[in-house]
Amino acid sequence: MRVLLLMLCLGVWVVPAQAAIEAYQFDSPQMETDYNRLIDELRCLVCQNQNLAGSDAELARDLRRETYEMLRQGKSPEQVVEFMVARYGDFVLYRPQFKPTTYLLWLGPFLLMLGVLYLLVRRLRKPDETVEVDADALTKAKQLLENNESNQ
Amino acid sequence: MSRSILPLVVFALMVGLLWHGLSLDPKKVPSPLIDKQAPSFSLAMLEDPSRKLSTGDLAGQVWVLNVWASWCVSCRAEHEVITALAGRNLVTVVGLNYKDDPADAAKWLQKFGNPYAVSVIDRDGRVGMDWGVYGVPETFVIGADGLIRYKHIGPVTHESLERKIMPKLEELLG
Repeated sequence: MRVLLLMLCLGVWVVPAQAAIEAYQFDSPQMETDYNRLIDELRCLVCQNQNLAGSDAELARDLRRETYEMLRQGKSPEQVVEFMVARYGDFVLYRPQFKPTTYLLWLGPFLLMLGVLYLLVRRLRKPDETVEVDADALTKAKQLLENNESNQ
Repeated sequence: MSRSILPLVVFALMVGLLWHGLSLDPKKVPSPLIDKQAPSFSLAMLEDPSRKLSTGDLAGQVWVLNVWASWCVSCRAEHEVITALAGRNLVTVVGLNYKDDPADAAKWLQKFGNPYAVSVIDRDGRVGMDWGVYGVPETFVIGADGLIRYKHIGPVTHESLERKIMPKLEELLG
């Protein structure tokens, strides 16, 4: 039972690595790099938490083939990305483009950090709160301290 | 006072946001094709592969494209709904037979009934790719101007037909 469970766990890990096994012939090392980068950055819409490289879904296979064909026709990686976005939307991109609708997405974390830093600095710089003390009580306390010293 | 209220407000906003997120279906990816020109195709008809249907033939009318396949289980679930829609004779319902064996597809239609005015064969799924199809069944509503006005992902239910698709059709038909 334990062995079976272990095998199951291992199996789960092995599958993604095996998925993209089409043997494509690349015209140049650059094309191969582009291809691998693209299928790494494009999301499979069927199994949404996998990229094209890691998915064995039919659609992923088709999109890998399309990517390969487009590169072979001399299209640039940007054109491939454009092609995918036009059909499936920004969701296919694991790395969203930097444009007005995604400004918040890209800059949000930094804004948040700046905000927190600002609050932190403000708090650290702020002088200790002045405690209002009754003048009479203060004189009395001083006297007590002085008396205490002279007693020693 | 404001100091003690601020974290509470932030917390409430977060709860609201996350609560809303729970009601969303991540499987439904909004199509970038809405209000864009419907991708054109010219494909062989399932009934008679020697004849072709192209998007140009449908220009000037409101039509529905239903992506289906004989291997698709949810297509059977929505079959009666598509049949009901076609039975109203409001719009042309075109079937896009997606990545299917035409013989299986013909058998499927014979067995369950054919609601489509015409079905076209997209054997390798290339046209489906142009339409951004990623899960069959999918249903598109196309206006007389050739723009895609609505997309339904997954099987159409009677409820979604009445609440989403029919109002869209009525609006487009004027």
